Amino acid sequence: MLTFSRKNEYTLLSNLATKNRMKRKTFPRGIHPPEYKSPTEAKAIEVMPPPEKVSIPLLQHFGSPAKPLVKKGEEVKLGQKIGESTGLFSANVHASVSGKVLSVDGVHHPLGKPVPAVTITNDGEDRPASEIQGSADPLSLEPETICQVVREAGIVGLGGAAFPTAVKLTPPKDKSIDTVIINGCECEPVLTADYRVMLEYSEDILKGAELVRKATGAKRTIIGIEDNKMDAMRAFLEVMDNGSAEIVLLKTKYPQGAEKNLIYALLGREVPRGGLPFDVGVVVQNVATAKAIWDAVSSGKPLYERVLTAAGDGVREPKNLMVRIGTPFQNVLDFCGGIEDNTNVLIMGGPMMGLSQWSSDVPVVKGTSGILAWTAAVPPMEHSCIRCSRCVDHCPMKLVPTQLMKYVKYEFLSDAENWGILDCVECGSCQYICPAAIPLVHWIRLGKSQIMELKRKKSARDA
Amino acid sequence: MPNSEYIIRSSPHFKDKDSVPKIMYTVIVALLPAALASVYFFRFRAVALYITCLVACMATEAIFLWIRKKPFQSLWDGSAVITALLLAMTLPPGLSLDLAVIGSVVAIAIGKQVFGGLGYNIFNPALVGRAFLQTAFPVAMTTWISPVTLHVDTATFATPLGNLKFQDAVAQGTLAPLKDLIWGNTGGCLGETSAVALLLGAFILLSRKTIDWRIPLGIILALSVFTGVFWLLNPNKFAPPSFHILAGGLLIGAFFMATDMVTSPITPRGTWIYALGIGLMVGLVRLFGGFPEGVMYSILFMNTFVPLLNRYFRPRILGESRTAP
Repeated sequence: MLTFSRKNEYTLLSNLATKNRMKRKTFPRGIHPPEYKSPTEAKAIEVMPPPEKVSIPLLQHFGSPAKPLVKKGEEVKLGQKIGESTGLFSANVHASVSGKVLSVDGVHHPLGKPVPAVTITNDGEDRPASEIQGSADPLSLEPETICQVVREAGIVGLGGAAFPTAVKLTPPKDKSIDTVIINGCECEPVLTADYRVMLEYSEDILKGAELVRKATGAKRTIIGIEDNKMDAMRAFLEVMDNGSAEIVLLKTKYPQGAEKNLIYALLGREVPRGGLPFDVGVVVQNVATAKAIWDAVSSGKPLYERVLTAAGDGVREPKNLMVRIGTPFQNVLDFCGGIEDNTNVLIMGGPMMGLSQWSSDVPVVKGTSGILAWTAAVPPMEHSCIRCSRCVDHCPMKLVPTQLMKYVKYEFLSDAENWGILDCVECGSCQYICPAAIPLVHWIRLGKSQIMELKRKKSARDA
Repeated sequence: MPNSEYIIRSSPHFKDKDSVPKIMYTVIVALLPAALASVYFFRFRAVALYITCLVACMATEAIFLWIRKKPFQSLWDGSAVITALLLAMTLPPGLSLDLAVIGSVVAIAIGKQVFGGLGYNIFNPALVGRAFLQTAFPVAMTTWISPVTLHVDTATFATPLGNLKFQDAVAQGTLAPLKDLIWGNTGGCLGETSAVALLLGAFILLSRKTIDWRIPLGIILALSVFTGVFWLLNPNKFAPPSFHILAGGLLIGAFFMATDMVTSPITPRGTWIYALGIGLMVGLVRLFGGFPEGVMYSILFMNTFVPLLNRYFRPRILGESRTAP
């Protein structure tokens, strides 16, 4: 392991010289997809002007939707809370522009289903809400206060899954947290948003990480960065004070940024099946989330904008953008010079785990790490499984994807469950590597939803 | 500008370039050195057998695809070509061509298509074809001719393993020299004799990660240990492990037949058991069985256990307790 702080910068530089001989941590299995990060990695984050109209879904992630706090015709200010969290796995929603509420109605969500959303016409003035004020001395706040501010600011994990961050900051009483991991892997190909955030806001990330460490009572903070982002590591080193955090370089591999694999790569700890990072004393936060935490605590800014990458060979001018939540995809694409006429795939997220979109009218949500437009080739012909076991050799969770596929296909759901279908993180390594081009992830998702449905029915019967 | 004309599909949206036909053609390329070696040693006989098996296998495959109303594209996935090559390579060079046709039809029809085609067969198709011929035409299948490079009387010619079994070659001191086994200047099935050519192909497969290295390693390990123990106990009666590895069909079996993806296990632990089982069986048959050679039956025998091995040896899932896998 290579850990760096100011003190051993000399060691770092000499290690950089012998880059190829450095022994870097990683996790077993996984894949090496092409990175395609070059079109945007050198492009600084550009602030996209807020659109004329935003549609802010009251549900941004899985869980329960927030309760709307505003009515049609009401005036709202920038950062004003417009949706109240309704439970543990729910998060507050804030206005991303100032203006007038046009409707509180269903809109199409990038996750597929229509969800209730607040549509606001922008008055273009960005009048801030009065409740926005930060703490003068954020780093001396009590853990409870930090959690409270994070919950109030509606912060969710910005890596893509959009898990409410406040939940991660309040571990159950019986679990003690010793390590905070700041995830700077960005192992998804094409995306460079996190990389740019690391370069441009390294100080904010470090401070946000310190807040997370304080809130969880951890002793140690580790920032994990893949070795294709050496500049990000240098950016951290320049602003780092002695010993506040360690930076660990990881061998670039997909899916390094998946929580369980990252914990294993950095600490050698295995999160138990069905468990959470809490169970091994770890809290993982994405770099952009750490920045959002710092913004919320230091200046009171709720989560109403985020950095995303708009790229893919269908986007004329790929960019890294700071975008207001609720901006339609179409506006983002237009801001990037529009899309090529033969674009036939639109994806929210990265190419490995992102979701196909049927329309560019869907709004940017808190979990939108990228908007990709592709002029994709005809998908390869599907063969029957030849049991080459490549999916088994590359599954980072050590599952047997082809067997899971067969169990789901022939409806042996209890076998699928015994073989760990619910442990699948849907990273897509199996399907990427499959020479027979079998939609393994699709089958696994189908099986998971069928099993969850059965469980729901069973618990409804038992109740 | 297109709007709701986007393709909707499940992630991931990236795909590795390797495909089933590419894997199959890699295996075919890897078989070429051994095939060329056999043409050098057996000349016209080799060419005739390869062409016969290729035509018969492709024709059978085509007929079955037509009967089963399957896309004809599958004919070109390369799997029937591999079956044809492997079958030809395991036939005695002097075999009459009509028997080669029968073997090819059985290999594709009974060995593969009746199970549902590529991916569904339990047994290695080429070995099914060969096993059928061995049972139905035992004399023709054990009549050997000498390679043109070795000038001996063809009427009394025997393979090195036959010599070992029936002529007590170790005691007589007539065991085939390792040099001949390495280059292939010896009797035996068409494609199994030249160790150098087979290892060249094996190197291609291993370096491209087309085959699972555990299988050849496990087989060779188990056979070496088994035959090594007896050789150490009585070197005047038993042949050394090096002879057993290089003689007969062990190398072609270990690198090209036991490694058939469809008929070998998918989990690492299952693969080890499968490989060690084949190596042990080969040793048992060669040392104590009625046949001089046992590679074919050992692979077919362990093929039967593959579904069971797949079922009972699933890998430990990340985060699963080590004591209860």
